Amino acid sequence: MSQQESTQTHVSFRDYKGRYKGLFAWIFSTDHKRIGLLYLYSIITFFITGVLLGIAMKLELISPGKTVMDPATYNAVFTLHGVIMIFLVVVPGLPAVFGNFFLPIMIGAKDVAFPRLNLLSWWVYVLGALVALSSLFMAGGPPDTGWTFYAPYSFKTNTNMLPAVLGAFILGFSSILTGINFVVTIHRLRAPGMNWLKMPLFPWTLYGTGWIQILATPIVGITLLMIVGERLFNIGFFDPALGGDPILYQHLFWIYSHPAVYIMILPAMGAISEIIPTFANKSIFGYKAVVISTLAIAFVGYFVWGHHMFTSGMSGTALYTFSLLTMLVAIPSAIKVFNWVSTMHKASIQLEPPFFWAASFLFVFMIGGLSGIALGVLTTNVHLHDTAFVVAHFHFIVFGGVGFAFMGAIHYWFPKIWGRMYNTKIATTGWMMFFIGFCILYLPMFLLGIQGMPRRYYDYVDRFHGPNIISTMGSWVLFVGLAVIIINLIRSAKKGEIATKDPWGGKTLEWTVDSPPTLENFEEIPVVEKGPYDYR
Amino acid sequence: MEDHSKSHIVPYKTYLLILAGLIVLTLLSVAITHIEFGELSVFAAILLASVKSSLVLVYFMHLKFDNKVLQIFVTAIFILVALVIFITFLDYNYR
Repeated sequence: MSQQESTQTHVSFRDYKGRYKGLFAWIFSTDHKRIGLLYLYSIITFFITGVLLGIAMKLELISPGKTVMDPATYNAVFTLHGVIMIFLVVVPGLPAVFGNFFLPIMIGAKDVAFPRLNLLSWWVYVLGALVALSSLFMAGGPPDTGWTFYAPYSFKTNTNMLPAVLGAFILGFSSILTGINFVVTIHRLRAPGMNWLKMPLFPWTLYGTGWIQILATPIVGITLLMIVGERLFNIGFFDPALGGDPILYQHLFWIYSHPAVYIMILPAMGAISEIIPTFANKSIFGYKAVVISTLAIAFVGYFVWGHHMFTSGMSGTALYTFSLLTMLVAIPSAIKVFNWVSTMHKASIQLEPPFFWAASFLFVFMIGGLSGIALGVLTTNVHLHDTAFVVAHFHFIVFGGVGFAFMGAIHYWFPKIWGRMYNTKIATTGWMMFFIGFCILYLPMFLLGIQGMPRRYYDYVDRFHGPNIISTMGSWVLFVGLAVIIINLIRSAKKGEIATKDPWGGKTLEWTVDSPPTLENFEEIPVVEKGPYDYR
Repeated sequence: MEDHSKSHIVPYKTYLLILAGLIVLTLLSVAITHIEFGELSVFAAILLASVKSSLVLVYFMHLKFDNKVLQIFVTAIFILVALVIFITFLDYNYR
């Protein structure tokens, strides 16, 4: 290594001058931190697009009949909202952004195991996104099937189904590559002394997620290819007219897409498990129980897909089995919640924005989880299936759970990533508006669902009008809160106070390195002697 | 860290035997489509496919000589896939 290269590795990863300059220094960088930020900027762009589509849908529902768009547009808008939010935002979400940035640092490594594969996974992600969204610019318009692409409608619609399906297929490869990279990194690159039970909980959840990405994603890939085969070559997989079975599609789709919920939520739980001990200034309660529950969720989560299909016409035996297994998966999730609450018990808590996000995560995740129990029970499911109740439930889990954890994570690790502090008062105001807006937006949907308002309908009868007005207004409050948060963070990334190495008093390895970290993270690979949450 | 320098020389005879076994099993999987197994027809096809893929994994992909952790992982994945298929057939076989 030349003298110049040697000093270069000790500068911040943001200032490091590699082979390329400007934008190319980012999009061709194999540094895990730069790749994490590439994902962050891409995901935020898609997230804002998805939010605007969601707000447009809520605006349409502010009154019965046509308000701002016709029914066909509404169908396309909710499909795009779903495809963007699930495949482009929430599935990559925490692992691709914070996993990439922090996994190597938290386990004491210089990078992930396969840095080039890591860069490839971002490129594949961008390619998949472009293909998926290309339908917007084609004659026929974007698909109108909903993000689930249910057969047999998905091969009968005249809209552009294939680009969306192929886009999702390509995005799956990005997910698999990231999963492989993380599993190998955790197995091979942990710092000396960091045995499995000294590893922080965020890497543990990335490990569980990595396995789900590797094992479940190929199933949806093949399923999506089967749709392509059926549409282009009339092979009868799912269409009854061709001798196929539409329920087989639902099985195959949910065999991936239910574990995908755990791809989304496990790293979110990992981020919460990092934030709570730091701000409670206390070791996590029941570290081993949290680790075991992570693995249990990842494992049992494979076998509960059928609860999305309770009214599809499955056999009674399958219905009982899936209902029972769904109840089982609630147990490890509840164990985690009890452990987080116990960690806060009698703690001297620092009330800072990341903690507010973590605490509100617990609140919304519990509502989402308990409404999930109502949906996991066969009898109530028949009544609530495909109603606004389901929409409220999964937004409480996916947007409430994963979204709040993402926000918590970005406020927690912001000083480490950008080397600056943000304005905590504005961040707290933004959180409060977002949280209040979120509750106003989604709580009325539980009521609407119980009263029988179907999901994905552009119109409704007059008696559903009141809660719909409240819900739409909630979306405005949430949006203003989001704008406050994003503007504050962008401003602070440029002009905030310079952050110290460990502004929150965290104990995991990322708080021992510079803010922002140097190119190779550590001057010397650390030797780990203590557990990750060595508070008191 | 595992020793990667160890190499395992497998005699050609073993490879040829496995290849012959795979060909026989392929012919068998075609042949059994003429037999009416009823509900067990898919099971029979999957069983033969599993035996074939196991032979490829164990001998051609050297799993037999590999680290024990990898052997456990592959076995666990097999069990996982088997459970997913079993649960799916709780629907199809009881409709």
